[in-house]
Parts: sequence; structure tokens; C-alpha cells
Amino acid sequence: MKINVNATEYTVDVQGNPSLLEVLREQLDLTGTKYGCGEAACGACKVLVNGTPTPACITPVTSVQGKRIRTIEGLDADGRLHPVQEAFLEEDVFQCGYCAPGMIMTAVALVESKKSLDEQELLDGMNGNICRCCTYPAILNALKKLTQNTTKA
Amino acid sequence: MKDTCNTSINHYRRKSLPGRGLSRRNFFKYMGAGIATYFVWTDYLASESLSRLSETGMPAAPDTLSSWIHVSATGAITVFTGKVEVGQNIRTSLTQVVAEELFVPISAISLIMGDTARTPYDRGTYGSLTTPQMAPILRKAAASLREILLQEARKEWKLGEVELKLEKGSVKHPTNGKQLGYGSLANAKQLLLPMNENVRTIDPTKWTVAGTSVEKINGVDFVRGKHRYVSDMVVPDMLYGKVLRPPAYGAKLIRANVDAAATIPGVRVVQQGDFIGVVAKNSRTAAMALATVEAEWERSPQVAGAALFDHLKRTGEPGNAVPSEITAAYESASLKLEQEFKIDYIAHVPLEPRAGLARWKDGSLEVWTGTQRPFGVQEELERAFSIPKEKIRVYMPDTGSGYGGKHTGEAGIEAAILAKAVGKPVKVTWTREEEFKWAYFRPAGLIQVRAAVDGSRLSSWEFHNYNSGGAGINSPYLGATKYEQYHRSDSPLRQGSYRALASTANIFAMESTINDLAQMVRADPMEFRLKNLQDERLKSVIKTAGQAFDWNREKPASNHGFGMACGAVKGGFVATFAEVAVDPNTRELRVISAVTAFECGAILNPRHLESQVTGCVLQGLGGALFEAIEFDEGNVSNAFLSSYRVPRFKDIPQTKVLLVNRKDLPSSGAGEASIVCIAPAIRNAIDDAVGVKLYRLPMVPSGRVPNA
Repeated sequence: MKINVNATEYTVDVQGNPSLLEVLREQLDLTGTKYGCGEAACGACKVLVNGTPTPACITPVTSVQGKRIRTIEGLDADGRLHPVQEAFLEEDVFQCGYCAPGMIMTAVALVESKKSLDEQELLDGMNGNICRCCTYPAILNALKKLTQNTTKA
Repeated sequence: MKDTCNTSINHYRRKSLPGRGLSRRNFFKYMGAGIATYFVWTDYLASESLSRLSETGMPAAPDTLSSWIHVSATGAITVFTGKVEVGQNIRTSLTQVVAEELFVPISAISLIMGDTARTPYDRGTYGSLTTPQMAPILRKAAASLREILLQEARKEWKLGEVELKLEKGSVKHPTNGKQLGYGSLANAKQLLLPMNENVRTIDPTKWTVAGTSVEKINGVDFVRGKHRYVSDMVVPDMLYGKVLRPPAYGAKLIRANVDAAATIPGVRVVQQGDFIGVVAKNSRTAAMALATVEAEWERSPQVAGAALFDHLKRTGEPGNAVPSEITAAYESASLKLEQEFKIDYIAHVPLEPRAGLARWKDGSLEVWTGTQRPFGVQEELERAFSIPKEKIRVYMPDTGSGYGGKHTGEAGIEAAILAKAVGKPVKVTWTREEEFKWAYFRPAGLIQVRAAVDGSRLSSWEFHNYNSGGAGINSPYLGATKYEQYHRSDSPLRQGSYRALASTANIFAMESTINDLAQMVRADPMEFRLKNLQDERLKSVIKTAGQAFDWNREKPASNHGFGMACGAVKGGFVATFAEVAVDPNTRELRVISAVTAFECGAILNPRHLESQVTGCVLQGLGGALFEAIEFDEGNVSNAFLSSYRVPRFKDIPQTKVLLVNRKDLPSSGAGEASIVCIAPAIRNAIDDAVGVKLYRLPMVPSGRVPNA
């Protein structure tokens, strides 16, 4: 079966009905997308499927055939960081950083969906992502700055 | 083996380096030519940390602290430390202190951490010890290196004892405008000198790199998903492993049928006594193969979940008798209280579960695993495989957090067993369920307090902690003769270290009790504390946080409440003030704000310190309000993130952190202390709002405050 990840077509082995997460990490060596819980409860494995943040851990790879998958590795494909990545770096958000890819992909979908976002929209959009180091206020600050400065996004 | 680590400075004068018996000649063979300083330290700080360690129940290890710094012929500066990075951002703060002393930019320095073959022995990264112990060593080692470089420059230029200036990795000639780079000074030399303990380090008031908000080193790798955690690692020919788990604590394997698993193409089954594991070319196949194993287990009696606190009390060591004057003071007091606090087990839930990758070659073993104690894991492997430590190399890439929960090396050992059996490298990554069930927990505890107050002073203080631990048990309050006793108990679940250890439980009980005593004498809780505390550093954070919170302001509505708590833990001083609201109809609790002041001496990196303090407070919110392990008969029943609730974006109150910078005081660690006050501050605020006193952590698992 073929899947399209970050604008590249890959042929993948679907024996045993693997999840998208397993295929990304073990077959394509795209390990930026993380395992955190295996039940779509933590957001560490979020990727964009046709632009929608999707937990790769519970998504059978066979269900994304013909769809566009975007992972953390595809964000800066043109050699420039995505504004969300820049905002997170600018705010120096992370401690251990393990939640970063899922957090960033969720935020990318959010800021690309709408020009400006109020605090409640940010909370609603990000609540499915856990940062166990609890850097939540810094993440919110980064996203607020970004969504207030819409020309950047 | 151990005594090679437990050595003194004199030992190294005999030209051997710690941990591996590296000779001076080998040192340069290994590091390349250059100039290096090293340091080995076995002093009171190390022995103090040993006694702290015993609280965690971890085995004591040789108490050596050491490090070395090397400048190569290219001017590359490499710092070697056995400390590891789990998200505290010590890679950044330690680099800062070295950069400061050597007058080089951050980018000129590489820090080699968590590699047992290349770094000096270190007992582990825990207990807030990196900043108070390793940072001063590195400062001195770097300053010593600077002095050596200056001396070499003077020799080169045939100058006497003149003052020379340093800038961006070069020494400047005093008159002729010439410069000598560190690389050219180190070129073709093999100079290895012990650190000068009396070397002058740069005064914190003059810091330009240390003490500033340097960004996380390699931060860009993390936002690009490029950093490889152990769970991301791949080596050639690597297979994926899974291990069969018992249905509950204490269950013994009677028999197992692995025939079905063994017939799956590409699957190998490894059976060694009670250990059954499978390996396959991908994790899905390994998981499916494991699921076909039919195992029969014999379960042993385990403690019922409902009997937890009775069990802790019943099995608690009696401890010393309560002195009669304390009992007498309590009996004769007119204003007194007796209360009991219950603390549930909670899990660390590091977002990266345990992972280990093992590779054997010619009888030598390499293991990559996310652990706070790489040298401890090396010892675990030494015992497991009966091979000398020199043949075991443990690597610890910067890891997806620990919070005290990764002192051990289970996944690495499992990977090594499997890799040895199948003759290929194997990676074992625990599932979230495995991490919940087979790692270890913050201990549950039962705390009993009897206290009395006379006027505005405490007159009696009796405090018993069953099982959760002795950390933070000593009350900082004046007045009463005090009795504080930690009683070891039999723990139904596997327990171990956790951020701030038992301080969270003890300070919850202590600060709740102090609040209630203040109430008895109709004193303002903040004034009552300030009157009964002596430590100026603790009083100072109370005042700072109280002012920022505006403690004496009017409450916005009658269902709102204010509460506060303070504590001194591991050299950090913290006070948290909280505002809550309880919905009069639904009883739903809302934490509106949390204001925390924190002081830990001279600040190394303000932004990262603020992040640690914020993280502590908000992580503490989980254990305060809703985190609890549910278990019965040796089985954890909420071993998933859908059933074990941790703080999320919507749980976060307005959070304010005030950092008190004491450049006149040595820096202490900051990854733990500020977790201790949020629970009692909220508890006291709930009491203030609706007159309900809560005595259990977590306080409101349902989200609703019970009726009075």
C-alpha cells in the first residue's frame, strides 16, 4: 500500500494492520511522532491527516490511503521553521521536549485554521495534548503571541 | 569493583581517573592532546546526599563526585559529567557556568553526559543535587582550566605574573595586541592537572552568561522532532522485544505454552525461568506474538485497596516513644487538635515510557536507556549478567522526563536479556500500561498529627508519618517541643522516589495543621506563620508571594477563598498563595490563581528556573486534586491515561511565579521544592471558601468539594 507523508509517496507493509504511528516510526524512520499512551489520550502522536490533527496511535494505516499526512518532519521541509516552531523556540517552552512534536502539530492545525484565536479557543484546541512537565503557561504564551501577530502566521 | 570509584584526591595523584582506572596516558589517547582539569570529591556534601538517598530506599553507592573539562588543539571545550538531562535543562545551566569562567560563548562548549564509558562516575541525577554540587565543581574546574591557559600564555610570551585578559576563547597580550587562542595553547600538549580548590571563581554579581536566560541547548532539535530519545533509536539489525507480565503483583508463573508464538514467522521466543519475552521485526508482530502466549499464574494474597491505610498503620515500625513532656503539654492544652491525613499512591507518568536498547558484541554489552542513574543501571546489568562493569557501557540520551520515576533500568535489562538470547540488538519500549503497573509509585502515606497552641505560639507538636517517608518531616515552626517520626511500613505496591519525595505529603499535613491552629486562635494564617517562623529566607518568600497575591484584598464573592502554605526543601524556599471558588450549587471546585515565590540562592537561568517552578506547581496540582492510583489485590485498575487523570491545559489556574535572586548565596536545585505548597494552599483556600477541611490527597477526585 502507498501512503503520502510530507508530500512524499511511500510504499508500506500493512501486514498485521499496523497503526499509522507504528508505520511512521518503524517503517519510515520518522520518529518525531511519539508514542505516549496508545489510546489517543495524550496527543504525543498527533499528525495532520488532510489538515486535521489525528492521533496516529489509534489510526490504522490502511485508513489514510489517499490522504495527505503531515508530520513534524514535514513542517520545515523548505528549510525554514514553521512560525509555531519559531514561537515555541522564542518562548523557550520545553523541558524534556517529548510532547513537543504532538503539541506543535496540534497548534499548527489550530493557527492555520483561523486568523486569530482567543484564549478559550486555544484551550479547547490544545486540551488533548499533555505536557507532563506542565509547561502549559509557556505554551499558551507562545501561541497567544503568535495568534495576536497574525501577519506572522 | 566499587572501590575503584571510592577514592580520594591522593589516589588520582597516582595517575588514575575515577570509575575506569583511566591512566593519564590513556586519558589523552582517548581525549586527544590538549589541556584538562579534573576534580574528584568525597566530602560532607556527598555523605549528606547518601543519607538523603536512604529515604528513597535506593542502594547506597560509592560517594564520588567528579568531572573533567578538556580543551583540544582546535579549541573545542568538552565537559564530562555523569549527570543526565531529563528535562531539568541542566545541560544548559551547567554549560553556562563553564562558559562564564572560560570567557567563551555557550556554543563553544559540548557537554558529554550520561555515558558510563566517557563520563566520570556519578551516583545519579536526583535530589536537587546537580546545581548545589556539580555546578560549583564545574565552575572551579573551569576556573582552574582558565588559570592554566593563562599560565601557558605567559610562558609562551615569556611574561611574568602579569594580568591577562580573556575574550571569546583567546588570551590577549597586554601590550602588543596579539592573541593566543585556547586551541593553540593546548596544541600538542598533554597537560592534566587537578582542579585548584582555592581558585577564584567569578563573583555572581559579575556574571554575564551564568545567571542569564540562555535558551535550551539544542532546543531546535526538539521542536523539529530530530532529537532521538531511546524509544526513537534504531541500530542495524535491531529487533523489537516484548515481555510477558503477570496479572498482578506477587503472581508466579506455573506454566506457559509459547508454541503458537514460536510458529509466527520471524518471531523468537525467549524463556528463562519466569521470564518470557518475544522478539520480532516490528513491535506489532511482537505484541501479537506475546498475546498468543497462554500462561497460568498462581496468585498470592495481596492487600485490598480499601485496606491500604489500615495496612500502613498496622505494619508501621513503632519508632521512638513519644516523650512524656510532649504528651503532657498536649493533654493539658485547651486549644488543640488531632488529625489524620491520607496520601494516595500517585504515578510519575513520564510522557516517554521506559525504553531500553541493548547490543552485545564479543561479550561486551551496550545499553541505551532513559534513566536518572546510568551507573546504577550499569551495576544492575553487572549483577544480571555477571560480567565486569568494564564490559558494560550505558548511554543515556536526553530523556523524556523522569520526576524521580526513572532511577532504575528495567527496560534496558529486559532488552539485554532478549538481545543476548537472539544474538541481535533488541529494543524494548514499555507501553503506558506497563509504565503504570510495573514501574514504581510515589509512596502512599498515613500521617497523624497532634498539636496544641497557646496564645499565638505552638505548645505541642507530635507528627507521625507511616510509609510515605521522612523528607520534609521536620517542622520549621518555633515554640513547641517537637516529635516527628517516620514509620516504615509494608507497601502493598512498588514504591520509590518522586519529585520532592515525602515533602509533599508531610508539608501538606503540616501546613494544613498550621492553618487550622491559626484559625483556633483567630489569627491571620500568614501573620501566624511569620510570627512562628525563624528562617528569614522562608519568611521572605511568604512576604513576597503574599504581596503579589494581595493577601489582604477583599474576596470577589462569598464562595471564594484564599489559602497559603510555605516550605523549605533541599535548599529551596517556597510559598504558594491560592484563590479558589466553590460553586454553591454544584460544589465544583475552581482553582482561580496560584502565586508562588521561590528562592534557591543565586539564579543560574531565570527563564528555566521559572519553568521549573511553574512545572512543579502545576504537576503538584494533579496530586493535590485528582491523581490517585486505584488498585486492589495487587492489580492497578486505572493504568491508562484515559482513567488516570493528569493536569491539562484547562486545569491550569492563573499561575504567577516570583523568583527571589540571592546572588550572595550558593545556588540550590530547583526541580523539586516548589511542588510542596500547592496542595496545602488549595486545601486552606477551600476551607476559607466553604468551611470544609480536607484531609486526603487527592482532595477532590470528583472535582466537587463535599458538603461540610
